[in-house]
Amino acid sequence: MKPTNIKDPEYFHKVVDCQYACPAHTPVPEYIRLIAAERYTEAYMVNWESNVFPGILGRTCDRPCEPACRRGRIEEEPVAICRLKRVAADNKGEVQRLMPAAPKQKNGKKIALIGGGPASLTVARDLAPLGYEIHLYDDQKAGGGMMRSQIPAFRLPESVLDEEVNYVLDMGVDAHFNTYVSSMKDLLEKDYDAIFVGTGAPRGGDLPKLPGRWDTKENIHLGIEWLASVAFGHTTRIGKKVLVLGGGNTAMDCCRTALRLGAGQVTVVVRSPFRDMKASPWEIEDAQREGVTILNNMPPKKFVVENGKLKGVLFEKVAAIYDEKGKRTLIPTGEPDVFMEADDVLVAIGQDNAFPWIERDLGIKFGNWDLPVVDKTTFQSTLDRVFFGGDAAFGPKNIITAVAHGHQAAISIDLFCRGESVYNRPAPMTNLVSQKMGIHEWAYDSLVVNDARYLVPHVEKQLALQDRTLEVELGFDQPTGFKEAQRCLNCDIQTVFNTSRCIECDACMDICPTSCITFTLNGEEDELRQRLSAPAHNTSQDLYVSEGLPTGRVMIKDEDVCLHCGLCAERCPTAAWDMQKYLYQVTKAAPIWNNSML
Amino acid sequence: MTYIKPRFRHPELPRNKIGYAKADYEGAISTLCAGCGHDSISAGIVQACYELSIEPHRLAKLSGIGCSSKTPTYFLSNSHGFNAVHGRMPSIATGACLANRELIYLGVSGDGDSASIGMGQFVHAIRRNVNMVYIVMNNGCYGLTKGQHSATADAGAQSKTGSTNPFPSIDLVGLALELGATFVGRSFSGDKKQLVPLIKAAMSHPGFALLDVISPCVTFNNQPQSTKSYDYVRAHLEATATIDFVPHREEITVSYQPGHSASVELHDGSVIQLHKLAPHWDPTDRNSAVTRLLESKMKGEVLTGLLYIDPESQGLHELEQTVEQPLNTLKEEDLNPGAEVLEEINNSFR
Ligand SMILES: Cc1cc2nc3c(=O)[nH]c(=O)nc-3n(C[C@H](O)[C@H](O)[C@H](O)COP(=O)(O)OP(=O)(O)OC[C@H]3O[C@@H](n4cnc5c(N)ncnc54)[C@H](O)[C@@H]3O)c2cc1C
Ligand SMILES: Cc1ncc(C[n+]2csc(CCOP(=O)(O)OP(=O)(O)O)c2C)c(N)n1
Ligand code: SF4
Ligand code: SF4
Ligand code: SF4
Ligand SMILES: [Mg+2]
Repeated sequence: MKPTNIKDPEYFHKVVDCQYACPAHTPVPEYIRLIAAERYTEAYMVNWESNVFPGILGRTCDRPCEPACRRGRIEEEPVAICRLKRVAADNKGEVQRLMPAAPKQKNGKKIALIGGGPASLTVARDLAPLGYEIHLYDDQKAGGGMMRSQIPAFRLPESVLDEEVNYVLDMGVDAHFNTYVSSMKDLLEKDYDAIFVGTGAPRGGDLPKLPGRWDTKENIHLGIEWLASVAFGHTTRIGKKVLVLGGGNTAMDCCRTALRLGAGQVTVVVRSPFRDMKASPWEIEDAQREGVTILNNMPPKKFVVENGKLKGVLFEKVAAIYDEKGKRTLIPTGEPDVFMEADDVLVAIGQDNAFPWIERDLGIKFGNWDLPVVDKTTFQSTLDRVFFGGDAAFGPKNIITAVAHGHQAAISIDLFCRGESVYNRPAPMTNLVSQKMGIHEWAYDSLVVNDARYLVPHVEKQLALQDRTLEVELGFDQPTGFKEAQRCLNCDIQTVFNTSRCIECDACMDICPTSCITFTLNGEEDELRQRLSAPAHNTSQDLYVSEGLPTGRVMIKDEDVCLHCGLCAERCPTAAWDMQKYLYQVTKAAPIWNNSML
Repeated sequence: MTYIKPRFRHPELPRNKIGYAKADYEGAISTLCAGCGHDSISAGIVQACYELSIEPHRLAKLSGIGCSSKTPTYFLSNSHGFNAVHGRMPSIATGACLANRELIYLGVSGDGDSASIGMGQFVHAIRRNVNMVYIVMNNGCYGLTKGQHSATADAGAQSKTGSTNPFPSIDLVGLALELGATFVGRSFSGDKKQLVPLIKAAMSHPGFALLDVISPCVTFNNQPQSTKSYDYVRAHLEATATIDFVPHREEITVSYQPGHSASVELHDGSVIQLHKLAPHWDPTDRNSAVTRLLESKMKGEVLTGLLYIDPESQGLHELEQTVEQPLNTLKEEDLNPGAEVLEEINNSFR
């Protein structure tokens, strides 16, 4: 293998598993250490710079970081990264004074943001400090998009949502709520220098062809429309027996909301096996804890309606068969169909994009599934001054992805408005600093604790079910937050190897608790992975390969289960190993926060 | 600050025949200087015991005084141990060995501990062929007392403080050959590929097995004028043979060109396979080993590898025809066979 090029900013970035997996590349271990140091305000700002909605995301994020967390490969559970974010938000001090203000003197450019969800708000946050005049249009009565209309208040209190949406709107954004944009053509005729479309994926999936679907007007609801109607107070009650069709997070929010509106018996019916359910495991757990029953392998066959009144749903029983490629087919088991009574049915089977308001002769090309043709890096459409992001760009994802899109779209819009190529993108900001303070002393807490993951406490179930706006999770208190923060392995504190200093004493190899280091003859990667101190089967993790050493061998470090404990560096007589903190930040359109105090 | 070894280990650590992972043979975290050769030898011992599937409770660690003699704390924390006074480990080992022949005895000493204060004890343990592995972690100095020249320092070698050693060195390997040792090897802490099979072979040898392991003292004896530094030893290494140790009942998978290989079968059916690098040398011929050693010395080489083995070795127990059982399992009737037997014995002396 060739020596590893640690100058490539992505090499060490990849070692920080959580940050690498985060679509917005939030410097996770950095903020976790700040929480441990009780520096909640700074921890909040590190987040705010990257993901704009720390308080919201600390409660609702899909947390792609957690399955990636190295701790999960070393023991049972990853660090509770998401809920630690909430600790920062809950305990922060005054933050608004640390946020950039929009300059009084505008830069003369005007942009329109359609939709007021996380994608548009991120674009606004990143561009406002540069003096853009920003007009935001949304058909809801307040900002936040689906974070307001879909995510139930028992998961995300309105006050938290309002606070973080307002931090952005307060940067001088000219917001037009209750305003549906019905024609892109009209908009293009106004004098906007650029237009950003962040209108989400607002259409709920339906079962239009299922027999009985149109035999009644009432009691069959589309999940996302129904959730919005509950959120805005138009719907306040539901029948006693409720069936929810679907296995995603929308289904989980529907069933838990139904319980709070007075349903006595709520059953979620999933057409496929449990293991294929799209909902996050923790959402499923929460629903089950509250008393929701979930059944699987039962696709609906028809709505049973008598005299215009819904009676229930008839389900077929199936089993899933997987071929070698893992492709699934559901085949009927031959068992008798199952009829389930229902007063109301909530259809929660996905979401689609819909752009009825964009005329198709404007030069904005559309491709499959009525999705616009959008460049994956620049978020530019085929009409150069129109950009897309969030769920509107590539279909429904989640908040953090919408934020990540927003940052990149903001960069493109700024480049475009300055007449530069949108491909001329800024490199990430990186910084690598030694943590050595003395013998056995590092600037970070290198001790690896053995604690198992801490559980977030919940309010009492009885209370929770009586009030749909009462937040279920209570969040970690400060002492528990500290203990959970200590579980982080500090994966951003990199093991940096200096070949010319190594005297090949083997001390680092011998001390390493997780057998990461090997001194051996070089070879091809596949074959090398078999003959290291411990087998290196996780090919998604890199091998760090040194230059040739005097005995003709090379140092090979498998990054996979390194604890970042620093023992290799402590045992090295020549400081050939050093522990160095790697800060990687995605460059934003405007400087957001001066983090030089970290 | 850490200096506490985390509890977590690699989740896919392989396990040996008795179900233990290498981690099960570890000890406390070392307090020796970072980069000390002794730590590498400790790691070699851990590796060898793991590979031999030794049950830790079947092994006793014995040592004297010195940095080297501290190392038993840093490996095999589930084994027995005795830390003797300076240079007195061989007599403790002899006693322990006589009392219970069922344990594996692993003595760890230093060049000071063995070649100076403990020399008298050392030579008698060899002479009696005590059934033990005797590892000398040889750094040419008294590490623990801050680097004075030891009796194995070469004449002309300079210490870190600048004093030149006026005396010729004692070569423990040559001495052992002379005294009739039945297993003699030398190795280098920085060469685990050689060290680990040598330790394994030594552990299977019935009788006294000496391993003189050059082990640089990074703090007091790793300067350019030293002949026990990492750089010097690496530049002057010369091996008798590459070595493989094949335990009893395992298939021999390595094959060497005929004429260049030798294999020595041990009493328990294990086989030491040697790929000879040195011509005119036969590992079972004491004279050829002595000659080979002298040749190397003249050329200024540090000769390593297995130097001599007597496959017919008779350990102390065989020589003394001692009782098979550990002494602490003998019952009163074994120890007191009665007046009649005593009478018989007395008669035999009349
Ligand atoms: C039930 C449910 C629960 C969810 N839970 C989570 C969760 O816990 N965590 C998570 O990360 N994600 C969750 N999501 C997904 C997440 O809400 C979205 O991925 C995210 O909000 C998308 O952001 P966006 O900025 O692209 O658009 P959206 O948030 O969808 O915002 C678009 C806004 O534009 C408005 N709009 C649309 N068309 C027009 C128009 N023509 N004129 C004016 N305004 C218009 C819409 O009304 C909406 O306010 C959930 C989704 C659903 C349906
Ligand atoms: C009876 C006695 N005399 C002297 C000492 C002082 N002393 C401690 S260690 C040591 C020499 C150790 O040298 P060596 O065996 O080579 O071990 P190293 O530290 O080099 O590994 C001496 C002389 C002692 N502890 N006890
Ligand atoms: S242990 Fe910490 S730094 Fe490492 S992946 Fe997990 S959260 Fe990130
Ligand atoms: S920091 Fe060094 S010693 Fe610790 S686990 Fe990583 S490679 Fe091993
Ligand atoms: S401890 Fe340092 S000098 Fe020794 S092998 Fe490791 S990197 Fe090289
Ligand atoms: Mg010594």
